[in-house]
Amino acid sequence: MLPAEEDVPAADAPTIVELSPDDVLRARTEAVAKVGIGRDADHLLEVRGLSTHFYTPDGIVQAVDDVSFDVGYGETLGLVGESGCGKSVSALSIARLVPDPPGKIVAGEILFDGIDVLKLSAEDMRKLRGKEIGFIFQDPLTSLNPTLTIGYQIGEAIREHLGLSDKAAQERIVELLSKVGIPRARERLKDYPFQFSGGMRQRVMIAIALSCDPKLILADEPTTALDVTIQAQILELIQRLSDEFSTAVLLITHDLGIAAGMCDRVNVMYAGRIVETGTVDELFENPQMPYAWGLLDSLPRIDDIRGERLRTIDGMPPLLIRPAAACRFNPRCAYARDICRSSEPGLTARGNGDHMARCWATETEGWIA
Amino acid sequence: MGTYILKRVLWLIPVVFAVSAITFTLMHMVPGGPWSSERAVSPGVQAKINKQYGLDKPIPLQYVDWVVSLAQGDFGPSFRYADRSVNAIIADGLPKSIQLGVMAFIVAVALGIPLGVFAALGHNKAPDYAATGISIIGIATPSFVLAILLVVLFSVVLKWFPTGGWKGPETWVLPVIALAGYQVAVIARYTRASMLEVTRKDYIRTAQSKGLRSRAVVTRHMLRNALIPVVTILGPIFAFLVTGSFIIETFFGIPGIGRYYVQGIAGRDYGMIMATTVIFALAVAVLNVIVDVLYAFIDPRIRYS
Amino acid sequence: MATNQQAIPATAVQTRQSSGVWRDAIGRLRKNRLAVVGFFGVCFLLFLGVFGPMLAPWPYYAQDTAAVAANGFKPIPPFQDPSHILGTDGLGQDMLSRMLDGARISLTVALVVQLVVLLIGVPIGALAGWYSGSRLDNGLMRFTDVMYAFPDLLLIILFSVAFRETAFGQAMNGLLLVFVAIGLTAWVTVARLVRGQFLSLKEMEFVEAAQAIGVSDRNIVIRHLLPNGISPIIVAVTLGIPAAILAEATLAYIGVGVQPPRASWGSLIAAGQPFIRSYPHLTYLPGIMIAAALISFTFLGDGLRDALDPKLKGKQ
Repeated sequence: MLPAEEDVPAADAPTIVELSPDDVLRARTEAVAKVGIGRDADHLLEVRGLSTHFYTPDGIVQAVDDVSFDVGYGETLGLVGESGCGKSVSALSIARLVPDPPGKIVAGEILFDGIDVLKLSAEDMRKLRGKEIGFIFQDPLTSLNPTLTIGYQIGEAIREHLGLSDKAAQERIVELLSKVGIPRARERLKDYPFQFSGGMRQRVMIAIALSCDPKLILADEPTTALDVTIQAQILELIQRLSDEFSTAVLLITHDLGIAAGMCDRVNVMYAGRIVETGTVDELFENPQMPYAWGLLDSLPRIDDIRGERLRTIDGMPPLLIRPAAACRFNPRCAYARDICRSSEPGLTARGNGDHMARCWATETEGWIA
Repeated sequence: MGTYILKRVLWLIPVVFAVSAITFTLMHMVPGGPWSSERAVSPGVQAKINKQYGLDKPIPLQYVDWVVSLAQGDFGPSFRYADRSVNAIIADGLPKSIQLGVMAFIVAVALGIPLGVFAALGHNKAPDYAATGISIIGIATPSFVLAILLVVLFSVVLKWFPTGGWKGPETWVLPVIALAGYQVAVIARYTRASMLEVTRKDYIRTAQSKGLRSRAVVTRHMLRNALIPVVTILGPIFAFLVTGSFIIETFFGIPGIGRYYVQGIAGRDYGMIMATTVIFALAVAVLNVIVDVLYAFIDPRIRYS
Repeated sequence: MATNQQAIPATAVQTRQSSGVWRDAIGRLRKNRLAVVGFFGVCFLLFLGVFGPMLAPWPYYAQDTAAVAANGFKPIPPFQDPSHILGTDGLGQDMLSRMLDGARISLTVALVVQLVVLLIGVPIGALAGWYSGSRLDNGLMRFTDVMYAFPDLLLIILFSVAFRETAFGQAMNGLLLVFVAIGLTAWVTVARLVRGQFLSLKEMEFVEAAQAIGVSDRNIVIRHLLPNGISPIIVAVTLGIPAAILAEATLAYIGVGVQPPRASWGSLIAAGQPFIRSYPHLTYLPGIMIAAALISFTFLGDGLRDALDPKLKGKQ
């Protein structure tokens, strides 16, 4: 019943396919069934206590500090936070792409489909990348090799991991290009990245990420470098394709609107820590942490009074060298009390289920109801 | 692309003419004539010889004469080697100079680029220090100093190679190394810097995220992009080799046109000076055009625009 | 729910600091060990060049015939005669003093040539860049093409020989001639560089902004374009110094540059070459000096280039 089964027709605009909730559910169960022979993992990705540090001349920057989260099979998880909070580094750590030097994963477990990725040899990890884990980077202009054709670049992972014949690989590349909405795909195989617009290049990046049908896609701010009008198209494309291929997505963004539209669950990060986590509904309707309040509050609203200043969170994020034993948000928090300055709150449950927050004030015995 | 190449090639002609005109002028400003340093010749004989060679005409006219003669492919007589024409001398010496220059170029590139890549890939570790060390020696030693050291060590002390001449492979080794030494270092350093810059680029991270083998990442992604800027310095490198060649030729007694240039200046051999300068300038200019075209060709962004 | 009330001052939690472009660059430079070595080398050479001849035990032209006669009219090796620590040559001229004179020559040449390069290259490049596309630009660029096509050393030698016997050529033992000759070809690179910088900076938005509020062209150039475009020029000038030193040494080696009795390192090497087996100190001493000068300036230039690279800002 899904009209997207055959290739997008050769006309210019991609066909926008609406998936009904049933279809989405079916795609999800397919994804779980895809687990394969007996690993029986609960989640596709389980990150436990991940810590990634950067050794700089100014000191050791604890970019990611004891971070834990899960991504279910076929699920879309959002990792939200401002610049420098550690979300990109978390994603790079999962794929073990953190530049070493100066970075190093110093602690933690990352279980991908039941395998501890951090214990794999470099060679085995290499085989996982591109095949089971796909990456979409932020800036499509600099993320593509300017001296190779896009056809070649899309095909690299295919040739490396899938062992297809040249002809079969070529067909697959053309199919991928069509699926991501690039018209006249076959002719454009021999074109170079500079011959494409920004949005088109990002579609090529998506094709590269999907080329070997990975179980997980790490999308690091995939639309930040694009025009607003193109952003919506790209996001919709990612959502549609991840549903179609039953791929889990870890979506990193600083834009709450994007997170709201795309994700099933959201983790809010601040200063290298996860400070709140829950389903999209839980987070947006009942946030439990002053930082989350600030984030939501800072979104301009349609009923704002003209001429009033935009609302921001005063202050700057902290330096991540030798972090103090205190709540990292406390200098900017209007509700901070002594306990916030002397010890760091843990990530504790709020309400039911998996809504958790890291804040003394909103705990059951805290001073905010 | 075609028009670009054509324009560059056509542009060579006025440039070489300008070079020749400047040289001609300077040359005639050198005091004395072709006869002043040799045996004393009486003024009467001098005047007769001047007339015979057209040296009594005003300088601009002499230049015109020279151009006309050049158009017919004749560089004129040599004043120093009275029995031979400049054409003959050049025909004799040019192949040797070209051979020297080409070999030095190949050595410089064949050693310099791998050295630079090696250093960059082992950044801040042993390979980097070793390669940088070699580069340091290269840039610290002018070609004539290197020549002296090589001759002392390999010719005089070890007696592995002869001290000069140009007959057969043993005579090629030392001059080529002396000429190429500095350039190896320059190319190595430049390649290293370019590779290090490319290593930081985003598309390298993309290539790694695809799970490609590191060999593929290095050759297909790093080298391809890193070598493009290196091509741009090959032109000046060749120019340096061309001009440096005559010191080496003089030092090792190689009968190439570089040596004739030096002798020509000393002996006011006008024909020789003009001929060698024009050839050198033409060589440098042509090579620069080749390098520019090559650069435009390998960078697809330029090729298509 | 508003959180934009007064922020509570940070106690234990630190925040980032920003700093200026030049401070960043100097910081990076200091961490680059090779560059630091180069810097000290350059300082040392400058010291030698400026104060050396005053501190030298002998005038560079003095011939200590007595000492040499005592040695059978042969050069005295280093560390044998306390009044000639680094030995003498066959005429009794003290090597240390001669090398100090050589230092002064090399440094003077290098610095004066760079000055010439800046004085000629920057205005030409700036004019060409600012009025790019015009006939002025085209004319200037064709002129630089010709100069660029001229094999440097050929022109330098020819020029030197042509003017050698004139008053201009004789000035300062031929030093003036060398300045001009080397400077003649060296300015082209800087001119092109400056022009390229102007071309790209001209398009930048802050120029538009300045023009929009009515800043004069001249002020735009001086206050906005030059400070921003200056880094590659600094690097080019610093890296041009070893090239100039090399050119001067080569000229002296073939006898066309600075004339005796001044003791350019190149001419010292030429003089010492025939005796290289018997009295190697005549050759290796100036050789070491040249090497030290070339290495120091090259490292410093490299370090400056890395330090001033704007793309490195914020990363490490």
